[in-house]
Parts: sequence; C-alpha cells; structure tokens
Amino acid sequence: MSSTANRTTATEHPVAPPLPRPRGPLSAAVLELIRGRPGGCPPASGADAYGDDLQLALYCCYELHYRGFAGVDDGAEQGAVDDREWEPGLLTARRELERVFLGALRADTEPGRDVPAEVDGLLVEPTGPGSDTGVSHHLLGRGRLWQLREYVAHRSLYHLKEADPQAWVIPRLTGPAKSALVAVEHDEYGAGRPARMHSRLFAEMMTALGLDPGYGGYLDAAPASTLAEVNLMSLCGLHRALRGALVGQFAVVELTSSPGSLRMVRAMRRLGLGAAATEFYDEHVEADAVHEQLIRTGVWEPLLAAEPELAGDVVFGMRAAGLLGRRFEQHLITRWDRDESSLRAPLPPARPAAEPPTPTR
Amino acid sequence: MADEYAVVTVTADGPVLVPGPVEVVLPDGRRVRSERPVTALCVCRRSRRYPFCDTSHRARTRGGEDR
Ligand SMILES: [Fe+2]
Ligand SMILES: [Fe+2]
Repeated sequence: MSSTANRTTATEHPVAPPLPRPRGPLSAAVLELIRGRPGGCPPASGADAYGDDLQLALYCCYELHYRGFAGVDDGAEQGAVDDREWEPGLLTARRELERVFLGALRADTEPGRDVPAEVDGLLVEPTGPGSDTGVSHHLLGRGRLWQLREYVAHRSLYHLKEADPQAWVIPRLTGPAKSALVAVEHDEYGAGRPARMHSRLFAEMMTALGLDPGYGGYLDAAPASTLAEVNLMSLCGLHRALRGALVGQFAVVELTSSPGSLRMVRAMRRLGLGAAATEFYDEHVEADAVHEQLIRTGVWEPLLAAEPELAGDVVFGMRAAGLLGRRFEQHLITRWDRDESSLRAPLPPARPAAEPPTPTR
Repeated sequence: MADEYAVVTVTADGPVLVPGPVEVVLPDGRRVRSERPVTALCVCRRSRRYPFCDTSHRARTRGGEDR
C-alpha cells in the first residue's frame, strides 16, 4: 500500500524558506527589520486585520520562531542572545499586529463558556441539502485536479510545519492534559518513526501531485485567509495567556479532520490519483479518530477541571478557528466558482518529476 | 502494580481505546496490526476501516450547519 519508505523526501531539503515579497507598508517594514535594517513599523491600528499586508507581516514575524528565512543573517552567528528571533524592534512590531488581529477575532466571535456544547456541535456530521458547501465536499463531488493541487498548496503553509505551533503549548500545561497532548503530538511526529511524520507525508503528497515540497515554497502564493489560519495557531502557541485558545483551536482540527480526510481520499481516487497521493489523508482518517478521543477526554476535560477559568478561551479558540476556516473555504469556493485560481498566482503545471496518476481502486 | 496492566478505555459514544502497538484478531482469523501509540477500535461496526474507528459513529443531521 504505502511506498513511502524508499522515496526521497522533501523534508531533507535544507531548512529555511525564502523571504516573501511585501504586500503593503506593514509587511514591507517587517521584512526590512528581518533583514536587520534599522527602522520601525507604521501603526497597525487602521489596517485590515484579515488583509494581506497584516497577515503576511505577522506570518513573517512568527516564522522567525520556526525556521527563519534563507539568505538572511539571523544574527545567530554573533552567538549569545542578539539573534533576530528576539529582536525587540520586531517583537514590538509583532505585538501591534497581534493586537489588531486578536481584537478582530474577539469582536467577530460570540463569547461562550460551554465547551461540551461546542464540542457536540463539531461532532455532528451534517448531511442533506446545504451541508456540502465545504472544500472537501466540493473536491469530492466535482473538484478538478488543478483545484485539488491548489488546496494542497494552500495547506502546505501549515502542514509542512504540522504540529509545531501546538508544541509551544506543552510547557504551559501540566499533569494529565500535558501528557495526553504530548501523546497526540508524538503521533503527529511519527511516533518515533521519521518516515511517518505527518509533515513528511504531506511533502510526499506534494511531490506526488507535482508540487514543490519545499518548506514555505508557496508563501508568496498564499492569500491572507490561508496565512490567517496558521497565524492563529502561532499566536495562541506563543502566548501562554492564550493556552486555552490553543487547546480549543487544536481540538477543532482534530475533531473535524477525520471525515474531511476521508472525503479527500475519495476525491483523489476519483481523480485517478494513487497511493502516493492519498497516503497523507488516508493516515488522518484513522489517526484523527484517535486524536479526537485523546483531545476530548485526555486534554480539555482535565484542563478545565484544573483551570475552569480557561473555558471562555477554549471556546474562543474553537470559534476563532471555525471563523478563519470558513473564511478560507469561502475564498477558495468563490474563486473556483468563477473558474479562477484561489492562489495569488496560478500554479505552474505539474513538475515533470511528478509520478503520473496511477488509477487504483 | 497498576502499571503492568494495559489500560483499555471504553468511550461513552465512540471507540474503545487500546494502548500500544496491537494486533487485532478478527472472527475470520485475519490479523491486522496497528503501530499507533493508541488505537481506536470500532465497536459500533459502522466504520469503513473496521476494526479501526473512522468516526462513523458520529450523529448525522440533515441540513448543513455551515462549517
Ligand atoms: Fe496530523
Ligand atoms: Fe491529528
């Protein structure tokens, strides 16, 4: 079934992504700061919280905490503590951007404290008319191969660092909640087998689809709604004060992924793609059926028993993730309905290295 | 010592959780393995990945909530 073992993989790629092109004054200023040039950042307060400029600026600030950028001296050579990741000018700029983003998310989500009710809502699989509006439904029913490739390119901004944003929360948890969250993360990282890391399975799927599996390779192509979903994870992961929201966000991913992944597998088979392409989503049908249980009974139940005051933020994390997920899906469907690319630049045709689709059933 | 026992968790409305890599023996003698740290075994028999859970036990509603 799986032929992952002897394929060369993208995750052996050297490290950091290239610096993206700016999309406005905020991202231009942040990119200058990342390059180490003196300067400041214009006020973010009037900016569109979900717009390209602010979301790219924020994404770049956060990337310094993951891999940094290629071709940029990150200051680490000077040794010690003067590295770009912790440059006060950048942290100041980041905080202004975060204020605007978090403020918008708080304003656009209904507050709530009833976590079990929120979870119950996520666990119902809608069927019948009006229920098939999401991207995975679209791809399953009538999606075209170029749309599926676009979807995977969007998703690469998260999945090539899959589970990394959630790893930030580990030291902010204690006891059973920490232990269960680590069990899920361990599985995401391949449970001790690098070849089974979900980020690696994703890169292999990209290769099978003729996409560039390089980390951050589609950053310039990704619109604001794609970046915003990853930025929510980084925001909640990096701020201890938002640990409840991080757990809520993680729960949404794990609880809704399994049925969606099954639709993706079936969509790919319908389009004539073989096991090399379907393996990533195939793995997630079963993996996330387990993760759902671990997150529900293992993480948020003990977390809320120990820190009931976090309930509001868990619900906030779930609703903010839902909001950004809907915005992202709406963007794709709207563009595709007009037969337009959902990326900022259409994808080049599949690379020649792509293995030809092998019809399997 | 409690630690010597494998803890198997029966969930309220979903699968049975079994720790560690496991080999599952099916009624027809077939053996399937799971390498996962925790495996979710389907007990509602609705899974298309039987004996493993694929969340098919979930309730379904007509008419989509927009998600
Ligand atoms: Fe995963
Ligand atoms: Fe997962």
